[in-house]
Amino acid sequence: MPADFLDTERRSEKALGFWVYLMSDAIIFALVFATYVVLSHNYAGGPTAHDLFDLRRTFGETMLLLFSSATFGFATLAMLEGNRARLLVWLVLTVVLGAGFVALEIGEFLGMIEAGASPERSAFLSAFFTLVGLHGLHVSVGLVWIIVLMGQLLIKGITPPVASRLFRLGLFWHFLDIIWIGIFSVVYLPGVL
Amino acid sequence: MPQGVPDVFGRLTIDALPLYSGVAMFGAFVTVAGALSVLGLITWMGKWRYLWTEWLTSVDHKRIGIMYVVLALVMLMRGFIDALMMRSQQAIALNSEGYLPPDHFDQIFSSHGTIMVIFMAMPFLTGLINIVVPQQIGARDVAFPFLNSLSFWLTAGGAGLVLVSLVIGKFSTAGWTGYPPYSGIDYNPYVGVDYWVWALVLSGVASTLTGINFIVTILKMRAPGMTLMRMPLLTWTALCASLLMAFAFPALTVAGGMLELDRLFGMHFFTNDAGGNIMMFANLLWIWGHPEVYILILPAFGVFSHVVTTFSGKRLFGYASLVYATVAIMFLSFAVWLHHFFTMGSSANVNAFFGIATMIIAVPTGVKVFDWIFTMYRGRIRFHTAMLFTLGFLVTFVIGGMTGVLLAVPPVDFLVHNTTFLVAHFHNMLIPGALFGYFAGLQFWFPKAFGFRLDERWGNRAFWCWIIGFYLAFMPLYYLGFMGMPRRMEHYNVAEWQPHLIVAAAGAGLILVGIILMIVQLVVSVRRREELRDHTGDPWNGRTLEWLTSSPPAPYNFAVIPQVRGLDAFHDLKEQGIAYARPKSYEDIRLPKNTASGLIIGGFAFVFGFAMVWHLWWLAVLSVLAGLVAVIIRGSQDDTEYTMTAKEVEAIENARYEQLARAPRPEFDEEEVIPGAPLRGGVI
Repeated sequence: MPADFLDTERRSEKALGFWVYLMSDAIIFALVFATYVVLSHNYAGGPTAHDLFDLRRTFGETMLLLFSSATFGFATLAMLEGNRARLLVWLVLTVVLGAGFVALEIGEFLGMIEAGASPERSAFLSAFFTLVGLHGLHVSVGLVWIIVLMGQLLIKGITPPVASRLFRLGLFWHFLDIIWIGIFSVVYLPGVL
Repeated sequence: MPQGVPDVFGRLTIDALPLYSGVAMFGAFVTVAGALSVLGLITWMGKWRYLWTEWLTSVDHKRIGIMYVVLALVMLMRGFIDALMMRSQQAIALNSEGYLPPDHFDQIFSSHGTIMVIFMAMPFLTGLINIVVPQQIGARDVAFPFLNSLSFWLTAGGAGLVLVSLVIGKFSTAGWTGYPPYSGIDYNPYVGVDYWVWALVLSGVASTLTGINFIVTILKMRAPGMTLMRMPLLTWTALCASLLMAFAFPALTVAGGMLELDRLFGMHFFTNDAGGNIMMFANLLWIWGHPEVYILILPAFGVFSHVVTTFSGKRLFGYASLVYATVAIMFLSFAVWLHHFFTMGSSANVNAFFGIATMIIAVPTGVKVFDWIFTMYRGRIRFHTAMLFTLGFLVTFVIGGMTGVLLAVPPVDFLVHNTTFLVAHFHNMLIPGALFGYFAGLQFWFPKAFGFRLDERWGNRAFWCWIIGFYLAFMPLYYLGFMGMPRRMEHYNVAEWQPHLIVAAAGAGLILVGIILMIVQLVVSVRRREELRDHTGDPWNGRTLEWLTSSPPAPYNFAVIPQVRGLDAFHDLKEQGIAYARPKSYEDIRLPKNTASGLIIGGFAFVFGFAMVWHLWWLAVLSVLAGLVAVIIRGSQDDTEYTMTAKEVEAIENARYEQLARAPRPEFDEEEVIPGAPLRGGVI
C-alpha cells in the first residue's frame, strides 16, 4: 500500500498547491523581514538588540527546532514503512521538541516585556515581536496540526489521505526551519555582533 | 461603562447607529430594508432548501462563479451609488456645504474605491474565471473545489463587513489606500479604519487562495494535448492573474496586519513617533496595489481576445505575441509600484527608474491593442453587445494609456499628482479596461451559464449609455486636473470648476441609465428566455472548449474529456466534424460533494472581523476557536467525492443529444470559415 499512493494525480495536485501556498507564505515572511531590516535600528531611545538578545537561549531554540525537523524526517520514514507505532513515537517527539521551542520563545517574550522592552516601546521592538511572533504562531499552528494528524492516525491508520496530509505537514514543518534560520541570521546574529 | 458591568460589548454602543447624518441614516435604512426584503422574498417563495442545497453549499465551479458575479453586481450597485453621491455633491458644493457633511463624504470616497476594486472587480473577474476557465481547459472542476467555496465565502464575509459598516458604526475616511499616520489610532480612533482593514484582509486571504487554486488547476488539469501554447487567452490571463494573486496579495495582508497591530497594541510600524516609518506602508501597499491593477485588467484582456476572435470569425492574430505580452506585463507589474508615490521623497534616480519601467509597460499593452485590431481586420464582424464593449474599450483605453504615459514622467506627475487628472486617468484605465471587459464577458458567457442569451437590443442601448456617460463623466476631470482641482474635495470656492463638475455629474447620471438598462435587459431576457434559448451550447459559433459543453453544462462539464490538437480546440473539432460525435460508451465520473464547511468557516471569519472591529474580545476568541474546529473537521474528512455512474451520465447525455437534434438552425452564418484567411465578401 504505502508506495502506490505516492504518485496519484490528486496527490500531485495537492502537493503543487501546497508548494504554491508555501511560496506565498514565504512572501509574507519576506516582507516582514524587510520591514524588520528597515526598522531594526529605530530604537527610539529604548533598549537595543545588543541589550536584549541572548544567543544561548536562541541557540537552544535553534537546536530544538532543528531536531524537531529531524524527528519529523524519521516520522516520514516510518510512515513510508507503514509502521504506525514508530510513526506516532516520532511525532510525539516532534511535538515535545516543538512545544519546547514555543515555550522558550514565550519565555523570551515575557522576559523582554518585564524588562520594559515591549512591542509598543519602539519600532524596532514592534518589528521584532511581529517577525519572531509570526514564526512562533506558525510553529504553534503546526503543533496543533501534528496533534490532529496523530488523532487521525490513531483512528484511521496510515490511509492514503492521512499519509498525503502528513506529507504536506512535513513540508510545512521543514519550511518553518528555513524561516527560523533566516531569523537567526537576520535578527539575532547581527543584533549581538 | 458603569463599574462592575463586564465589558461584553467592547466599544459597541447605541451611538454606533448612523444618527449623525440624514443621508447616512437613509443609506442604512435602504441596506437593512434591502437585506430584509431579499430574505423575505426567499422565505415567501419557499426557496431556502433549494438555495442551501443547490447554491450556498455548492462546490461546483460554475455555481460558485455565478455567486461571485451576483456578489459583484450587488456591490457594483452600492459602489455606484457612492459615485453618484460624490458627483452630485461636487456639482452643487460651490461656496456651500452641499448636502453631505465632510465626515460622510470622506467615508463615501473611501468605500467607493474599496468596494469597486476589492468587492466589485475582484469577485467579477474571479466569477468569470470560475465559470469559464475549467471548461476552457477541458476539466471537470477546479483542483480544489472546497477551497474555491471557502474563497467565495471569505470574500462575501469581507463584503459583509463593508455593508455592515453603513449601519453599525462608520467606514474609514482615509481613502481606499488608507495611508498612515492619518489611518493610525491617533487621528482615527473610531472603527472606520478597522472595518476597512478587516474587510481587506478577509478578501485578501480569499484571493490568495483563489490564486493558488487556479495556478494548480491550469497547470495540472488541462485536457490531453493542450500544451501551454495551446491554452486559450482567457486561461493564460487567468494563470498570470492567479500568479499575481498568490504572490502580491500577501503584501496587502502584511500592510493591513501591521496597521492593525499599530492600532490595537500601540505598536510603531507606521506611527510618527518611536521610530515608525510611514513610507513602509506606502511601499507595502503598492507592492500589492500595482500588481492588483493587472490582476483586474489581465482577465479582461482575455475576455476581449475571445470576443474579438469569435465575432470576427477569425482566429486570433498574433496569439504568441499576446501570450508573451501578458507574461511580460505580469513580471513588469512588480517593478513599477513606486510610481504611485513619486512625490513622496524618493531621489530623482529612483523616480527615473520607476518612471521608465512604467513607460515600458505601454509596449506589451500596445502589442495587444494591435493584435486585437488586426484580428478584426478583414473579419466578418458581428456587432454583438460584447463586441461593442470591446470596441468601446479599444478606443477609450488607448486614451487612458496615453495619460498614463504622461503620468509616468515624474516631473509631470509632480504637477498633476493628487488632482482629478489622476482620478480621470485610473478610471479611464479601469472602466474600459476592466469593467467593460467583465461586461463583455457577462454578455458573452451568460448563455453558457444560464442556457439562454441576453437580449441584444437592450444590451446595445446600455452600452451606448455607458460609453457616452463615461466620456461625459471623466473627460471633464482631466480638464479640471489641469485647472488644479485636487481630488476628494467636499466643497470648493473656484467658480470656474463648477460647469465641468456639472457635466461630470450628468455623465454619472447617464451611466445610471446604462445600469438601469442592463437591469431591463436582464428582465426582458428572462421573459423571452424561450426565444433566446441556447439549444446547442454554442450560440456564437465559438472556438474554444467551453462551447462544446451544453448550456448550462452538466455537473461534470465533459462526459468524455476532449483531445486537443491545436489552438481553438472546439473550432478544430467542428472542422473535423466530430464535435458532437456520440461516444461509444460512458464511464463513471468522480465529482466533489457539496459541503457547508466553506460557508461556516467564512461565517466565523466574518464574525471574527466584526468582533475585532468593535473590540469584542470574547467573541473574537470564540470565533477563532470555532473556525479552527470547523477546519479540523473538514480536514479530517476523507470521503469528499461521489460517483456519478455511467448510466446517469448516459441519461444526461442522451437528453443533450435529443436537444441538439431538435435545435433550430443557429443564427450565425454557417458558411465555411477558414481560420485566419481573409473572407470573401462581407468585409467591412
